[in-house]
Amino acid sequence: MSLNAKIPVGPLKDKWQNYLAKTRIVNPANRKKLDVIVVGGGLSGGGAAASLAELGYNVKVFFFQDSARRSHSVAAQGGVNAAKNYKNDGDNVYRMFYDTIKGGDFRSREANVYRMAEVSVDLIDHMVAQGVPFGREYGGYLSNRSFGGVLVSRTFYARGQTGQQLLLATYQAMMKQVKVGKLKQYSRHEILDIVIIDGKARGIIARNLDTGEIERHAAHAVVFGTGGFGKIFYLSTLAMNSNGSANWRAHKKGAYFANPSWTQIHPTALPQSGEHQSKLTLMSESLRNDGRIWVPKNKDEKRAPGDIPDEDRDYYLERRYPAFGNLVPRDVASRAAKERMDAGYGVGPLKNAVYLDFKTAIERLGEDTIKERYGNLFTMYEKITAINAYKEPMKISPAAHFSMGGLWVDYELHTTIPGLFAVGEANFADHGANRLGANSLLQASVDGNFILPNTISNYLADDIRTGPISTDTAEFEEAEKAVKDQVEKLLSIKGTMPVDQIHRRLGKIMFKEVAMSRNEKGMLWAIEEIKKLRKEFWENAAIPGDEKGPNSELEKAGRLADYLEIAELMTVDALSRKESCGAHFREEYQTKEGEALRDDKNYMYSSAWEWQDEKDWKLHKEALEFTEVTPTVRSYK
Amino acid sequence: MKLTLKIWRQENAKTKGKLVNYELSNLSLDMSFLEMLDTLNEQLAVKGERGVEFDHDCREGICGQCSLVINGQAHGPEGHYTTCQTHLRSFKDGDTLAIEPFRANSFPVIRDLKVDRSSMDRIIQAGGYISSFTGMAPEANSIPIHHEIAESAFDSAACIGCGACVATCKNSSAALFLSAKVGHLAKLPQGKVERMERVVWMVNAHDEEGFGSCTHTGACAMVCPQEVQLLDIARMNYEYNRATCLVKE
Repeated sequence: MSLNAKIPVGPLKDKWQNYLAKTRIVNPANRKKLDVIVVGGGLSGGGAAASLAELGYNVKVFFFQDSARRSHSVAAQGGVNAAKNYKNDGDNVYRMFYDTIKGGDFRSREANVYRMAEVSVDLIDHMVAQGVPFGREYGGYLSNRSFGGVLVSRTFYARGQTGQQLLLATYQAMMKQVKVGKLKQYSRHEILDIVIIDGKARGIIARNLDTGEIERHAAHAVVFGTGGFGKIFYLSTLAMNSNGSANWRAHKKGAYFANPSWTQIHPTALPQSGEHQSKLTLMSESLRNDGRIWVPKNKDEKRAPGDIPDEDRDYYLERRYPAFGNLVPRDVASRAAKERMDAGYGVGPLKNAVYLDFKTAIERLGEDTIKERYGNLFTMYEKITAINAYKEPMKISPAAHFSMGGLWVDYELHTTIPGLFAVGEANFADHGANRLGANSLLQASVDGNFILPNTISNYLADDIRTGPISTDTAEFEEAEKAVKDQVEKLLSIKGTMPVDQIHRRLGKIMFKEVAMSRNEKGMLWAIEEIKKLRKEFWENAAIPGDEKGPNSELEKAGRLADYLEIAELMTVDALSRKESCGAHFREEYQTKEGEALRDDKNYMYSSAWEWQDEKDWKLHKEALEFTEVTPTVRSYK
Repeated sequence: MKLTLKIWRQENAKTKGKLVNYELSNLSLDMSFLEMLDTLNEQLAVKGERGVEFDHDCREGICGQCSLVINGQAHGPEGHYTTCQTHLRSFKDGDTLAIEPFRANSFPVIRDLKVDRSSMDRIIQAGGYISSFTGMAPEANSIPIHHEIAESAFDSAACIGCGACVATCKNSSAALFLSAKVGHLAKLPQGKVERMERVVWMVNAHDEEGFGSCTHTGACAMVCPQEVQLLDIARMNYEYNRATCLVKE
């Protein structure tokens, strides 16, 4: 199957409007004959579910949390970008598009990125109307802050809980649709397979996590808002139950997986403090607006950070990147921190952190202003570390965060399986090889609320005469059996190695070799280790209990079984790309100054991997064509 | 560090539960409370015993999925923390900790420490939203909102819906949760259009779900991880009275 991204004709700035003008839509009377399953209740899935229900489709939404309000979009802190130009600082849709394309190191699809910037303007209007209490100036108008990789202030925020507030608005819109009966929600349900009938996605197999029952659900189309799989590293900023299983099982049924190895390592998370640790809490990038990052100039520095005078501090981001300083993009900031730590300048008991210091900002603005801007983050930091960051600098460290890769989708957010769509972090197209801060909430929300509802109609228009899809078919039967067999197989292992311990070991392999810095030798080693670990898992995982009723160890085991396969594809992908771009830094391909060295001649494409069998994948390449921008060396100096 | 745990084990909502003792040693003070439970579950898994079921997800205090009553206090001893943010440094070596689910008639136990809080979803379904569909919105800056009002709306909107207020209240009232949403939306100009129906519908749903009445002990606000204020409850009562009495006259 060849890849057709279905990019509409016309100049970049007209493509989306051209698409909307000509795409097929479904008449309101026919929408009530059409069923859509949405997987994921976060900003992308929830936004899609609410918007589709508002349009009159019959929607079922599935999520593993006990309420959609807990989806991991909730944890995004700093803000959401939009090209409103409220600051009169020269912002516009084109500039936002360009910043995002450049931030992604010229490895994203131009038309998708432009559309995201274009629709960003509507999103802020929408969220304000839903009651999001964004930060306001004293005149009552919306306030903005600046984020990494840009020179304007286009980030809208609700203190340090922007994701929570956008998610709650989306959740409330969903609850309204539940009340009027257009949306049915299935909480504590996990999707274990999709069902394909006559080549089209027509339903899912779900496990009710409370009762253990395996359920069949049919629909005319399926939408995945299933998020990212950064939890593969075990230690990450993701929620404990975030997972890649739905995407992976769709991949094994024919959905191509694009750029799987591009994981954003976030520069400002809390450092690991010991082996018991389960989570690396994120400290918002917005802190880099006012915080300065440094390490001591002396490797053997013994003084407390407050006692170290300025001349003995190395503000290495300001030194290396004077134009952007502390606000360089995330991949650059993470690699720079790694460089200092590897060279022995790390701070903290394990020498695995750098300082993020607010002293200058507090002197300039006062503690009250800092408290109003970031109060909840300082409180969160103190709750976890027992350190007051108003008095001494935070210790921060890079941690796995966001999956730029995901299911391959065309301009309509349609995967390579007809009838299966992917929105938000679950797809791949908008962020290239590195996502800019505050673009994640944006992409999730615009995909769900504004893009998918307008593109899915082009597909559903063919189904107005189909009638309800039955679950009583051989395809459902077969998919259900495969799911039940896997559950049984997991429970029959009865080994002695706890699932989390195997996951931690996988995470260590991946963080060492397939994270901030990659090389061929290390990755070949990683593939062998992953295979060994996979074997060990299936022989010796300790999964107690049964399949009836809640069983967290069984849930974790199912997800880990998939991670152990995803890990291999991530490594295969990273090995195949013999260049450095964005978050994908191959040690073999770097400039003298240690910056990423792209190879546009040979690698100006997105990798889309097709599952062949247990041993192999086939690589398809979607060539990236830039009509409005000229790829340049990405410099933040 | 060594701890003795008395953990509530219950097969499902229909069976009786009981406290079961577990001993853990070699714990680190930097461990979070939930990481301590992870450690216990790993030890149980090695022995082939079913793990302790508990709710958790983001582990950074924002999703509201973690719960637990620890030694009689919702979310543990610190006050204004979530359980996932509670660390073992809050306890002493050799302590005995009783760990129970959030208890309320409206929160039936699913298994062990997991409870069903869908009753809170249904309160929101009753009216905790602004009926603006995707595409309807006017330009965002066409509605100026006073800085202090936006900040105050945020304070209420920050509620994470964990249910600690219910678990703490002697009447199992969800008044703090309910009033946070009423307050968030009633304070903002966008939310004023539906304010009368909203508060009545939500209060009715709250009562129908079996949550108790508020008797203003203030215990809820003492544990709320987001420090939602009792003032929100007073505001809700005002909104309710305004909707049911004042405006009718």
